Amino acid sequence: MHLIRMAEEDPETVLVRLAKEEEGVGISAGAHLAGLKSAMLMQNHGFLASINGIVSFAHLYKIPLLMLISYRGTFGERDPWQTQGGNVTESLLRAMSIPYSRLDQIETVEKRIRQAQTLAESSLQPVALLLTRDLMWEE
Amino acid sequence: MLRLDCLRAVYSDLEKCLVVTIMGATAAELHSLGHRANFFYLQHAMGLASSTGLGLALALPDQKIVVFDGDGSLLMNLGSLSTMARYHPGNLVHVVFDNESLLSVGGFPTATGTGTDLAGVARASGIPVALTVRNLEDFKAAVKTAISGQRLTTIVAKVEARGPAGYVTDLSLVENRFQFRRHIQSLQRQ
Repeated sequence: MHLIRMAEEDPETVLVRLAKEEEGVGISAGAHLAGLKSAMLMQNHGFLASINGIVSFAHLYKIPLLMLISYRGTFGERDPWQTQGGNVTESLLRAMSIPYSRLDQIETVEKRIRQAQTLAESSLQPVALLLTRDLMWEE
Repeated sequence: MLRLDCLRAVYSDLEKCLVVTIMGATAAELHSLGHRANFFYLQHAMGLASSTGLGLALALPDQKIVVFDGDGSLLMNLGSLSTMARYHPGNLVHVVFDNESLLSVGGFPTATGTGTDLAGVARASGIPVALTVRNLEDFKAAVKTAISGQRLTTIVAKVEARGPAGYVTDLSLVENRFQFRRHIQSLQRQ
């Protein structure tokens, strides 16, 4: 919620709220073709819901895509319904050859996001950052 | 009504627009009329042509964006209508060729043949102008009005389930994508 609020309040950012995450692949691609940078904020289940768009648009057409993925279903997860997505997220990222890194310390967030965006733009491909429990939720 | 005739009827109106098409027959037919640097053919990722058009429209408010969608593609991403309606960019024209068929992937019948009214769905989603056209004259008038106007419009064009013999063109997908982006960059330098 906090990230979305920041995006909404930033005059240099256009926030687009989606019905389903895969739309974000098309919208981000449109923004890239128009010369703008974008980021997709979603949960790992949103990443699962976007896979065809990532493969058959972002990969096929060499579209940079910065994906900020809140990483549910890992150690400490209390909600049973979140647990299966956590099991498959990283193996799917690897299977799709998507470079990814975990964000778990507040001090490194800004630099890591900048680095991820730089790699996405230079390699013209999707790049993912996993927003971990340690970073996102106080327990 | 044939989709190819529809495309031919508005081809000259597309010159100053940025155009996104869906895969298969729609892409091949527009390409066959003469490719231009302002045409982007989304040859896969069914459903995302409208989302791509929305991204372009929000990023480039001074450009007119025309999306040539299809019933099969739109049915895979109906939520896109609600997202388009939420931001309702007045520079986006959303044309849906409805042949009641997944023609380019085997000709399987879609639900528009059994009663789903896509213009009705668009209207109920909040798209400011949504209409269905069944003849060439109405199609041409609707597209011209939408391109010259400032209201987000979804035009559902009922067409026959007929297309070209093949869908592969001599334009590689990546070449098309880079050419399209360079075209937009050239517009911004003007």
